[in-house]
Amino acid sequence: MSEPNVSAAVSPAPTFSEALPKIPMDWAPLLLVPVLALLMLPLVGSFPTWVTLTIAGLAMGMMIFIMASGLTLVFGLMDVLNFGHGAFVSVGAFAATLVLLPLRGWVEADSVLLNLGVVGLAIVVAMLVTGVLGWAFERLIVMPVYGQHLKQILITMGGMIVAEQMITVIWGPEQIPLPLPETFRGALIFGDAAIEKYRLIAVAVGLAVFVTMFLVLNRTKIGLLIRAGVENGEMVEALGYRIRRLFVGVFVAGSALAGLGGVMWGLYKETLTAAMGSEIMVMVFIVIIIGGLGSVGGCFLGAVLVALVANYTGFLIPKLALASNILLMVAILLWRPQGLYAVVKR
Amino acid sequence: MLKSILSGDFPRSRILSIMLVLTFIGLAVAPFMLSGARPLNTAATICIFIVLVASYDLLLGYTGIVSFAHTMFYGIGAYGVGLALDAMGPSWWAVFTGLASALALALVLALMIGLFSLRVRAIFYAMITLAVASAFAILASQLSDFTGGEDGKTFKVPEILSPGFKLIEAEIFGRSIDGKLLTYYLVFTACLLLFLFMLRVVNSPFGRVLQAIRENDFRAEALGYRTVVYRTLANCLAALIAALAGALMALWLRYVGPKTFLSFEVMTDILLIVVIGGMGTLYGAVVGAALFIFAQNYLQSLMAEASEALAGVPILAQAVHPDRWMLWLGILFVLSVYFFPTGIVGKLRNRK
Repeated sequence: MSEPNVSAAVSPAPTFSEALPKIPMDWAPLLLVPVLALLMLPLVGSFPTWVTLTIAGLAMGMMIFIMASGLTLVFGLMDVLNFGHGAFVSVGAFAATLVLLPLRGWVEADSVLLNLGVVGLAIVVAMLVTGVLGWAFERLIVMPVYGQHLKQILITMGGMIVAEQMITVIWGPEQIPLPLPETFRGALIFGDAAIEKYRLIAVAVGLAVFVTMFLVLNRTKIGLLIRAGVENGEMVEALGYRIRRLFVGVFVAGSALAGLGGVMWGLYKETLTAAMGSEIMVMVFIVIIIGGLGSVGGCFLGAVLVALVANYTGFLIPKLALASNILLMVAILLWRPQGLYAVVKR
Repeated sequence: MLKSILSGDFPRSRILSIMLVLTFIGLAVAPFMLSGARPLNTAATICIFIVLVASYDLLLGYTGIVSFAHTMFYGIGAYGVGLALDAMGPSWWAVFTGLASALALALVLALMIGLFSLRVRAIFYAMITLAVASAFAILASQLSDFTGGEDGKTFKVPEILSPGFKLIEAEIFGRSIDGKLLTYYLVFTACLLLFLFMLRVVNSPFGRVLQAIRENDFRAEALGYRTVVYRTLANCLAALIAALAGALMALWLRYVGPKTFLSFEVMTDILLIVVIGGMGTLYGAVVGAALFIFAQNYLQSLMAEASEALAGVPILAQAVHPDRWMLWLGILFVLSVYFFPTGIVGKLRNRK
């Protein structure tokens, strides 16, 4: 924002925008979402149904984005693909029960403030638990195998098995119902279109996470270092920054985001199972492949695309709903083999 | 003689040799030594899992590819035979049609996935196979008119293999020669041949190239081997053998269903067996599968007793509950990836 002033102050030199031509913005992937949504309007037929479907898709996409963003960032920075990321989602959701079940009164109260408070508290607890777990995971499981892909895949899978089993040991093998707070229930009616309130909340939270991540990555020093680390980690080290600390920080943040995603997803499904994280992981992997491994913006677009396509096909051709993700992935990769926004590094 | 049967790949450890010979003899005489359906079932499962795990080891241990679609091919083989027998009635013709179409489908899918994603890095392939396999599993349970959905399908096998069939009236060593016994020996022989075939493959020049790719794919490429071609071939071969193993399992169980053949649990079982048994050696598959299946069937009852004994202690009683045995295996798995990445077999070979 302040750049023009700065360049005006040192006016004799050529302005920076001339000296360093900006990389042209890649608009094509951004257009995919609105084009897809508009194309589906005549196919779906009725406008209210289309609105409901689109909002549902957006909400789903936001929740997947929250879960996937940490994974893709960790991969971009450290070249570690955490196959155990799904376990953090489950742990986050189960940790939320520590708050939501004892404070049942607040959940059932017909007051927006109390409901928001209890969910906020649950989110904080879940993010703390998964953050600490992520730190331990990075120390114990991931650290010894940096740079060895095969072992990474195996060991993070093993970590996931252990974490999932630990959930059943601590919380028992049965499904746990997780009721949605009273005021989050029901739907808002706009004309003929019914929109579930919780989906709007999910969209809001997802957008907030995306905007925060975007600002942190593009407007702060930490973000600058992370982006530099994604492009060339050795150079960042050579400039005297401890990239190890950055690694740990990003890993913890990514795990905490998975925990947040787990709470959102758990409240959406309203029942919790230990395997819920690994079930959603397939979707998350497709999303980060589509988005381009390591790219947060691509991950956001990919999540919204996958969820919208799944929702539309679920309505139009129900039997194809899951295969639609694979088809979408194949189509995108045929168009851009590195994903929507390729992270040029390796 | 022995050298050509084992393709010159000896166990190279006395304890390992003893274990292998014991496993072989145990499986060969299982129907006569043990009575009852459960031990025989365990023995047949061990046979089939040895082949299934060894074929996975072709990918993971020898070529260095992590695939999560191995159960998909296993399931394709099983569903091919099962659905053909269900639709065409119990005849050998149905078995072969089903098997041929399953193999064709497995080959095409393996080729497509391979060409599509093996050009890029290991991680990419792992994710794509995970996605495709889970889509396939859901597809199989959704097309319920065709596949029987979640419940799966039971079907009749050709008469010779059905339990009611008696080859001869007399009993041999106190065991009637019925269809179940014949099926067992069909499974046993087929698995033995497939295993020896894989041993031949990994000790051929082709197998050496695969190992070179595992060690350093860049260098293998520089030596003039087209790594994509070799990786894809290994992928197809492993897929075909997994499909054959699936077909054998379907014949043995006379049932196909998504939980037994396509679920992710089977995939994690395979992964655990390969790593704990020993990656990069087919004998690891034998030792791993035998121990794992045996433990799965018998260790759990032991754990149940331990759990009852610890009933008063809150967390610990849960931790040794028989359903939690995956917890301990998972911990063993993580530890073995760290401390003995060559598994049981590698540990035994290095003891000298």
